Order: sequence, then C-alpha cells, then structure tokens
Amino acid sequence: MPDLKTAGPFIALIAIFLIGVLVNDAFLSAGNLSNILARSSFIGIVAIGATFVITAGGIDLSVGSMAAFISGCMILLMNSLLNSIDSILAIILLAVLASIAIGAAAGLVNGLLTTRARIEAFIVTLGTMGIYRSLVTYMADGGTLSLSFTIGDLYSEVYYGTLLGLPYPVWAFLSTAIIGYVLLNMTVFGRHCFAVGSNESVARYSAINVDRIKTATYVLQGICVSIATIIYVPRLGSASGQTGILWELEAIAAVIIGGTVLKGGYGRIWGTVVGALILTLIGNILNLTDAVSNYLNGAVQGIIVIVAVYLQRGAWRKN
Amino acid sequence: MTTTSTDNNSVLLRAENISKSFGEIEVLHGVSLTLRAGEVRAILGENGAGKSTLVKILAGFERPSRGQLSYSDWNGTTRTITGWQAEEAEANGVVLIHQELNLADQLTVSENIFLGQELRRGLFLDKRLMDQKSREYLDSLHCRVDTQARVGDLPVSAKQLIEIARTRAKRGRVLIMDEPTAVLTRQESEVLYELIGRLSKEGVAIVFISHKLEEIARIADSITILRDGQLVGDYTAKDLSREDMVSLMVGREIGDLFPAKRLPGSHAPDVLEVSNLKVRGTASPCGFALQQGEILGFSGLVGSGRTALLESVAGLRSPTADQPASIKLFGEPVRIRSLAQARELGLAYLTKDRKGSGLLLEKGLVFNFSLLALQKFSRTLIDRQQEQQAFTGAVSNFDIRIKDAGMTAGNLSGGNQQKLLLAKVLEAEPRIIIIDEPTRGIDIGTKSQIYHFIAELAASGHSVIVISSDIIEIIGLCHRVAVMFHGRLTGFLEGDAINEEEIMAYATGLKDQQLTTPEPLKATGDS
Repeated sequence: MPDLKTAGPFIALIAIFLIGVLVNDAFLSAGNLSNILARSSFIGIVAIGATFVITAGGIDLSVGSMAAFISGCMILLMNSLLNSIDSILAIILLAVLASIAIGAAAGLVNGLLTTRARIEAFIVTLGTMGIYRSLVTYMADGGTLSLSFTIGDLYSEVYYGTLLGLPYPVWAFLSTAIIGYVLLNMTVFGRHCFAVGSNESVARYSAINVDRIKTATYVLQGICVSIATIIYVPRLGSASGQTGILWELEAIAAVIIGGTVLKGGYGRIWGTVVGALILTLIGNILNLTDAVSNYLNGAVQGIIVIVAVYLQRGAWRKN
Repeated sequence: MTTTSTDNNSVLLRAENISKSFGEIEVLHGVSLTLRAGEVRAILGENGAGKSTLVKILAGFERPSRGQLSYSDWNGTTRTITGWQAEEAEANGVVLIHQELNLADQLTVSENIFLGQELRRGLFLDKRLMDQKSREYLDSLHCRVDTQARVGDLPVSAKQLIEIARTRAKRGRVLIMDEPTAVLTRQESEVLYELIGRLSKEGVAIVFISHKLEEIARIADSITILRDGQLVGDYTAKDLSREDMVSLMVGREIGDLFPAKRLPGSHAPDVLEVSNLKVRGTASPCGFALQQGEILGFSGLVGSGRTALLESVAGLRSPTADQPASIKLFGEPVRIRSLAQARELGLAYLTKDRKGSGLLLEKGLVFNFSLLALQKFSRTLIDRQQEQQAFTGAVSNFDIRIKDAGMTAGNLSGGNQQKLLLAKVLEAEPRIIIIDEPTRGIDIGTKSQIYHFIAELAASGHSVIVISSDIIEIIGLCHRVAVMFHGRLTGFLEGDAINEEEIMAYATGLKDQQLTTPEPLKATGDS
C-alpha cells in the first residue's frame, strides 16, 4: 500500500497540528507558526542532506559536531577579519564561502574514508563526530566563542529578517528542499543514489561508479550542514562545545519519520521535510502545555520514531 | 555408518504425487520417486526443471503443497507423512548436501562435522573424540585436511568432502547430493565415485543431481528425468544412451531449440582481440579474438575462471599488474578500467547473477530497464516520457510478460527477469555483448526465445560472447568454443569438434592445445 505509506507522515503532521490547536490558543498565532518553521529549518536542511546519504545506503553521525565546528570556524574567521576588512558584508560573505568549503571538505573526508579506506560509515562518522566536537571545544578553550557585535548586528538579519512575511531560514529550507527533490527524483545522480542504496552489486554491474556516488552524498550532506550553520550562527551569535548537540539524531529521525528506509534504496525529500516539521511541532506543543513536561520532549520524539518505523515495516511486509 | 538390518531391496523413502507451489506458481506437478537401499539414483533435468525443489522436499527443507512421503524408520516400519522438517529427516537418516554448502566458515573442520550433534563427556565437549572421529571420516574420503583447520580457509572441494564426512556423523542412510561434483576436480570426483560405490554396497541409498551425462552413465543405477516440474519417467541407467537422456530432458530434438547457425565469413574483422590477459589468482595469460557477427562460447567447469577472465575484459575486475594485458577493440588498443568506460566503447556485460547483480528486485521495471543506459534519457533532467517509450518498445521486442505496470522486478518470473536484463543491457546499444549464463534457471520456451535473440544479434552484426555451464547450450548456439581449465584457455573448438566429448576433454585438462603464446589467437576461419 504505497499510497498510505506516502500519506502517512502527512496525516501524522496534520494530527499533531490539530492537537496543537486544541492545546493552546497561542499555537495558531503568526509569531508561533513562523517560529516553528524557522526552528525546523536547521534540522530540516541537515535532514535533506541525510536523505541522500541514507538513500544511498550510508549514515552520517557527524553532522551535529560538524555544525558546531563550522560555527566556531565562521565566528573565529569573522572576528579576525574585522581588523583587516572594512566592509562587514564582505566579511560575512567570506565566512559564508568558507563555511560551504569546510562543510564540503568535511563531507569529502567522511566519504573517502568510507569508500576508499572501506571503513563502515557508522565508524567513520562516529570518529569524525568526536573529532569535530573536541576541535570546537578546543577552539573555544572550553568556553564559548562569541561573534563580535559589529558583525552580529548586520548578520542577525539572516535569521530574523523576513521576505514576503516568512523568515529567511524558511526560504532557505524551502529552496534546499526543492533542489533536493529535483536532484533526487529527476536526475541521473538521484537514480544512482537509489540504485547504490538498493543493491551495490547491481549498481556496479550497471556501470555506476558506486564509490563516487556515495562520496558525493557525504559531500552534499556537508554542504547542507554548512547552509544550516550559516543561518544558525546569527541566531545566537556564539558557538561552544554544546552547539548542535543531538542534531544527528534529530536529522536521522526526521528522515526516518518521513518514510526513507534506513537500510537504503528508498528516499523521500518531502517526507523528510514533514519529519522535521513533526519533530519541531512536538517540542513546540510541549512548551505550550502543562500536561506533559517539556523535559520529556526527547521521549516523545523517540516514541514517534519507533512508531514510524514500526508502521513502515508493516507496509513493507504487505508488499 | 550403520548398516541397515533390512535387505538390499527394501524401500527407504518414497515420494508420491508431490506438487509444490511458490505463491501462484507451481514448480512441481505430481512427481513420484522411490528409493531403495543400495540404489544410486540420478535426477536429471534442465535448469528450472524442479530438481532442487524435489530434493529439498525429500530432505525436509521444503514442504510439499500436495502429495505425501513415506519412509521406513529404524525399526523397518513404514510411516507416511505429508512432509517433514529437516531435523526429522536427519533423525531418520535422510541427509541433504546443499548445492551452496552449509558450513560455518569461522569454525574448524571437526567442529563443523559435529555441528549440532556434538559429542559430550559429562557437561563438556569431548573434543578429542570428535577430532579422532572426524579424522576417521575424512580418511575414508581420502581427504587430507587438518581437522583443526578453519573451514573458511579451505578450497570449495575440501568443503564438499567435509559436508560428506558430516553425513557419516549423522548416520545417513539416504544421502542426497545436489550437484556434488560441480566444484570438484577430476581426481576429487573419482574419490567421490568410489565412495558412492562403497556406500551403496553398505546399503545406503544415494540420490544425486548432475548435469554431467558421462558421470550419470557411469555411476547411476537408475535415472529420474524431470522437465518443467513434471516427471518424464523413471529409467534404468543402462537402457539410456546420452542422446536419449538429452532429448528426454529437453523434450524435443535439440535442433528445434536452437536457431540455425550463421557463421561469420572469414573476411569478418576481429572486433575484440585480447592477449596476455592474466586474471588475479589464475595461472597463465589468456588470449583470444572475437569476430564481428560471431557467437563465441566459453565453456569449462565451475571455477575454471571464465567469469573472472571476461569480467576483467569488461573493466569489472582489475587484471594483475605484473603483465599488462593488451586489448584491442575494433582494432584500437584500449585499456578498459571501468564498466562505464566499456559501455562508452560499445561493450556490455550481462551478469549471470540475475537476482544479486543484475536487477534491483524491489524496484520497478522501468527503473531497472533504464539504469545502465540512463544518460541516453537525460539532459540535466531525466525525460520520463522518452524513458517510458523506450521501455514499452523493449517490452514488445523482448516479449516481456508483465502483469501490471507497477510491479517490481522481483515479481517477474525468472524468464521474464532474464529478458528484462537483456533489454537493459542492449538499451546501452553495445556492439559487443558478453553474456554470462544466458538461460540459467528459466523455462525451455523462454530459453529458446533467448537463443533466437542472441542469434539475431549476431546476424545483425553484433558480436556475442556466451559463457555457459550448460554444454547443450554451448554446442547448440555457439559458432566457436573456447574451453578453460584452472584459469587457463586449453582449447578452441570449431565445427564438428564442438561436441560434448571434446569440450569435456579440454574442460577437465585431459586435452590441451598449449595456448600460452602471448600473441592473440585468431580465428582460423573456414580455411
């Protein structure tokens, strides 16, 4: 029953949304809704990258640490350029370029270690997860790296500014999703991701360069992390060893809730977008109600993931 | 091994009117078979005839959908059942040695022999006794492997002998073997034949599946022939000639199955010239040439290196570095490093592992069809309409029978999967096609269709290499045959020399044309 499987996450999203409406009048306020969308965009953008990695049969656990590391690098870079470059806009643009370069490079490292060195993706990214986390802590000397106020004032526009009533992060989320959808579903590269995740041997005998496809998904993931970081840094204007904690789990959860299969071969970008919205909605609703403690946010999210996978498996079995 | 107390003609196991369906497809239709003590029975049939299913039912690895089994228990009482579990079958001395051997690679030889029936002394394993017994069993098979060796480190032939040793530990009195000699060398096969003779004298009933007619004629007392899941008949081995076996198995004269051969003329250019190609792990450099319009067969026993050799021609494996091979494609020297490059150069490879490497079983038909030639349908984005049109064309060209458009490749029958795979590979528009086992496990009608597709390809100026373990197919289809033995090309056969005796002689190393010259070997044409 592929139709129910496709619709499942959407139905869940609507149900959770209705619960939100019932729980608190403030839920439907424009401010709250725009807040939900903006917050879901970090995890959402990272999760779009994760959809590619998982569809092609991989996994990337390093995204949260990578986000923290890139944040740290951007802040250090911008602060240090303040003395040499007058234009703050130029400084920010340079930091944005650097962010994308670091993200792509970090993804490339994950990809090459998995494909060339033939180490399990789980192990490789568990390793780099520790490395990036510890690097950012070291860079901040165990404390917090703060962005200079002169830059922060202008840069904060990226997070707080709006276009047509929607915050910029939402536009970034939407564009990443559209590009991701086209790439995954309408191009040769996307088809190859499905094929590689479905059966590497068949992919090899179909003249697909399996290593290159897999590596490319990690690079894409790295770029998605850097985009998420670019809109995340102005939100707080700081980075520390605590930045981006558990993002990897939330991103993977969003992907799985959305109907992408963890063992690879089947991925859905819109499902992932819905998955990210569901996760953020749950957190938001728990904030707005006294019925369940906000501290139980993680527990509720965990239950949702397990139920989603259980339902998916039922649908597979019927096939 | 216990000798049975029963006389030498008693029935040990009988199958009556056994049918078996997988889903909606019935693969066995009312087959009966009787096994008497001391009998050596061969089961003969084409790929897909239902032989493996039948022996799995006998040994309790599949349950029949209809029909019944009866067996004589250790007291000599006859019991009738509607099917059993493998454990029950083994407890009654009915033991199957699978085609894909079932050994634990990480354990030692003696641990494997006693797996699941470990000998104990008190609470602890009696390792010494198990070792000693394993040694005895192996010695009786003239098998010299160390009982402490890890099974994963041993060659396949040794594993086969360990499987047989294991049945002795299980006190087998009905021993069922699914192609036992497919992976054995000639000498190892001789040891097995001798053992079979000995076991049969002890009163053990032996059933074996084999494609080697020579072997069947030599060691079997009786022959059961299956075709398309039906019993063709039960025969006394000495009443059947090999020609009889083949026509009973195929169900018609061989001539009807294959299209007429249209040999390329001697003026036809060589499109592929390979020399000095040494595949990793094989003995000596190989060389051969393929003419335009030719169907060149590669014959040999399983493991003789045919797939390895031709996969390295297609860029799927890297040849050894010490002696760089020389490959000329359409007269131009090339170095093919990947299958993608081979595809661009006009060479395609169709794998023998249809389910594991050929098709994505859980994906749709169009997805599978266009995967190799996908660039053709793409200008930045994939043109789905064009892709769908090409697929519709292929469905009618290759007569692929589809139940509904949304079905997955895994839901197609074996024959239709093979046609889809052929369509997928040909969509890349190759001029040279290497086909590994073109008709493995498919029905006779589809086989004949595929032979005609291949013949048409050759007639239209394509060049085809067919690797096949099916000797009838090689003889019926190929214009010229290259035979391999232990990673070496031992001979090229043409014309009347393409017959079973000659092919087997080269495939088993009895004959050798000493083809180790580094020059490419040209077809001698009709000179």
